[in-house]
Amino acid sequence: MASHQSSQPATATITPYPDGPYLVRGDFVVQDQDGNELRTERRTIALCRCGKSRMRPLCDGTHKLIGFKAPSTRESWPAD
Amino acid sequence: MAGRLIDLPAPRGPLSEALFEALAGPPGSGLVVPAPAAPDPLADDDLQLALYVAYELHYATIRDVDERWEWSPALLAFREALERPFEAAVAELVPPAEAAELDSVGDALQAIVAEDPGPPLSRYMEVQGTREQMLEQVVHRSAYQLKEADPHSWAIPRLTAGPKAALLEVQFDEYGGGNAERMHSTLFAETMAGLGLDPTYGHYVDRLPAPTLAAVNLVTYFGLHRRRRGALVGHLAAFEMTSSIPNRRYGNALRRLGFGPEVTHFYDEHVEADAVHENIAAWDLAGGLAAAEPEVAADVLFGARALLQVEGRWARHLMDAWEAGETSLLSPLVPVPA
Repeated sequence: MASHQSSQPATATITPYPDGPYLVRGDFVVQDQDGNELRTERRTIALCRCGKSRMRPLCDGTHKLIGFKAPSTRESWPAD
Repeated sequence: MAGRLIDLPAPRGPLSEALFEALAGPPGSGLVVPAPAAPDPLADDDLQLALYVAYELHYATIRDVDERWEWSPALLAFREALERPFEAAVAELVPPAEAAELDSVGDALQAIVAEDPGPPLSRYMEVQGTREQMLEQVVHRSAYQLKEADPHSWAIPRLTAGPKAALLEVQFDEYGGGNAERMHSTLFAETMAGLGLDPTYGHYVDRLPAPTLAAVNLVTYFGLHRRRRGALVGHLAAFEMTSSIPNRRYGNALRRLGFGPEVTHFYDEHVEADAVHENIAAWDLAGGLAAAEPEVAADVLFGARALLQVEGRWARHLMDAWEAGETSLLSPLVPVPA
């Protein structure tokens, strides 16, 4: 995946993984609407993409139980 | 904290007897290459224990054993005689990869873990497992979790570029992100202590049956042989991909049994951590390795399937023992009242 061979330096990168979450790497902050920071201890985090995680906004693997499907690349729209 | 120091366990048959007797003497002497007669190597207590101790020389100091045994040619020849039937038994459980699977190893891994052949141990624990069963499960897992991530680290010098970076991204987190207190093996030791168990490395080896030792021996076997780097990577990918949901269930089981965050932290941490790791391991590490070295792509899938089969046999051993009203360990943790 692009994350380990990116040629464009960026402060943070967000990578949608196939049928899985968004992985966020780099220098980033996650905060709620009131500006409260969601603290995480790890350098790379996974944000829920299927909407069914029980610890949103973080991924907890639930997408595998519900058959969530989504590509890593941008979907074409309007659909062919 | 001191380094790892274990005692030689009690032998369980001619293989472990011969090995342990030799290990008490000078390196290289007194060890004859055996011809193990094990109809089911994965369930053979003697073979698995002998192999486990032969491998432990790479992980720990063994009390009163000369550390030069680790690379003694006699020891390595002995070990290989055990590895051969072990390897063959695992291969019998694993169907060969199909050509179409090799086109996208990441997709193939998703399909493989979705068809996990193992029994639903974590679901059982979440809903109805007893306190005694939970303690046993933790004792079984201690054989791996107290050295969690170490066997997979043997892949580091064997990978290059993207796959190496992906492995290190996972391992850095496994080892606490630079903070020893967050190291996953440390969190597991805290869980054990919170449950009233002894978190000393190797403390429970004498109670661990063959299916448990086989699961640890499998990853060490992959780790120590560079030619199995594909299988080692596939093992890690499948391990991470089957971790988040079971660990949530084990955490729920412990909460149901009345334990607090000091005990459940290891499991709760794994829900969040492995939801990250599984993607990196499946796509960047395993998929990346298969793309970089197509000749090991089939072995990546072998390692994933081998993990699920061997862990499945382990889980079945536990559930069968409990269904029969017996301990799943070789001796019960709590003495049975007379």
